[in-house]
Amino acid sequence: MSQHIWVYIDHFKGQALTASWEALGAAQSLAAQFGGKVKALILGAGVANLAQDAFAYGADEVLLADDAALADFRAEVYADVIKGLAADLPAVFLLPTTTRGRDLAAMAAVDFNAGVLVDVTAMEVTEGVILATRPVYAGKLLSKVQCSARPQIVTLRSRAFAKPEPDSTRTGTLTPISISAAGDAQTQVVSYAEASTGVSLNDAAVIVSGGRGVSDNPEQGFTLVGELAKALGGAVGASRAAVDAGFVPYIHQVGQTGKVVSPDLYIACGISGAIQHLAGMRTSKVIVAVNKDPDAPIFKLARYGVVGDLFVILPALTRAFAAKLTD
Amino acid sequence: MKIVVCVKQVPDTAAKVVVEDGKVTWGDAPLVINPWDEYAVEAALNLKEAHGGSVTVLSLGKEDEKEAIKHALAMGCDEAILISDPDLAGLDGVAAARVFAAAVEKIGAVDLVFYGKQAIDTDTGTAPAMLARVLGWPALTLVAEIGEFDGAGIRVQRAIEEGRQVVQSQLPAVISVVKDYGEPRYPSFMGIRKAARAQVPVWDLAQLGIERPASVVTWPEVMNPPEKSVTNEMITGSSPDEIAKKLADRILAEKVL
Repeated sequence: MSQHIWVYIDHFKGQALTASWEALGAAQSLAAQFGGKVKALILGAGVANLAQDAFAYGADEVLLADDAALADFRAEVYADVIKGLAADLPAVFLLPTTTRGRDLAAMAAVDFNAGVLVDVTAMEVTEGVILATRPVYAGKLLSKVQCSARPQIVTLRSRAFAKPEPDSTRTGTLTPISISAAGDAQTQVVSYAEASTGVSLNDAAVIVSGGRGVSDNPEQGFTLVGELAKALGGAVGASRAAVDAGFVPYIHQVGQTGKVVSPDLYIACGISGAIQHLAGMRTSKVIVAVNKDPDAPIFKLARYGVVGDLFVILPALTRAFAAKLTD
Repeated sequence: MKIVVCVKQVPDTAAKVVVEDGKVTWGDAPLVINPWDEYAVEAALNLKEAHGGSVTVLSLGKEDEKEAIKHALAMGCDEAILISDPDLAGLDGVAAARVFAAAVEKIGAVDLVFYGKQAIDTDTGTAPAMLARVLGWPALTLVAEIGEFDGAGIRVQRAIEEGRQVVQSQLPAVISVVKDYGEPRYPSFMGIRKAARAQVPVWDLAQLGIERPASVVTWPEVMNPPEKSVTNEMITGSSPDEIAKKLADRILAEKVL
């Protein structure tokens, strides 16, 4: 067992997710404490270009499995490749908590007789043991977790760790991994459908959310929410009430049965602040609430509040930002 | 076709969950089926109704932890099994997956195992992929839509960051279901009566024929999140535009844009 840190670079068709670079940043500080190197794992087809980015964001070495058989992410196929590296396991294996990172971490934990610390927001190291903090009950509580097996497999929550400044002059060792014939694959990716548009909630630095307050005219309400989000380069969120009423698709839902988010700026429009919603956004840096009801619980969490009609306030706010941000 | 659906009992989402004297408590809030699991039960029942077979509910917990099981039975599942053993307290995810795998093998000839996306208490979402890996089956996680099914294979749409991924898979397989799948049914009156009378067999480690699996993840402390001290400032003005300008200035001064 080495003192190295592995980082899984999650990407979709060669486009890395920001959370991968955040993980490289976290790996660099771990490597300093463990006295090992940061090794980025890049799996895919035609993804060699990601190696240079990985070096720039802090990898010392890139383990590259570039093979047509890996063109589409399939958890069991990718997990087999990683299992093939078992002869030289690291001390720590970091992955971003993405759909792919979560499945791979789970499978690697089984393969390596280890465990996994999921969706971690902070780490401290004592004598080689990571004591991690992770939200549970949708952030209503925090739990400290640790693992006695090696490697310590940890998935990191998006935006919980800072993305390092890339240094394009950095270089490192590129180590190709040959994959054994990918046997009888149990699954086949047939196609991709309904590509998501706009900024995803997980990565968003700014989220503008709508709730029951748009119900007088849901379509116009979410158009206004969307316009403000667009002006701020942010994502559109929604309360469960708005999703259940069919105003917007589920992919936008923030809260205990939706996404738990932590943007720099969260603007809640017509959201009263049910406990399930607050659990999903309470760690946002700056919270702004716009609501007709001055007694809405959301105002208790809000740095800035406006008591008023969102149908009037939002367009005014979009205009105000448009004027100020283009100055 | 034999379908297994794994369910968990959790505090209601409306519960105020806090740590008191180092222990997690939710007051007198009711324990309910994990909300995500209802979608898994719905998907399992739809598949059975279309193609025949049976749906078995599987849960791991203390002997009196049957809320989730009863709800799934009331929705229309055929039978249920509770895995319970004093030796199974505090299992980590991988260890729990090994226990579930032993139960799935004991049930025998299972074609599909369904899970909800994640449990709303521990929020790990790793159980489906772990079970699949232990069994050597594919994991089809975050399934939003189930398409063609012919007994040997199944086609699903997975909800991933970039949209939907259409996957064709061999059986047996493990599937986790997300909310996009569609509203779960309410238990019927007859279903509730049937569930209330149902005898739920309890399987312990001896009946599963395994020892307690090694469990390596521990959670030494659970805490209330730090109190967030927020200074509330209400923005007022004589017109919407004045309010908006003031608010925009305040937000820009926070340097979060």
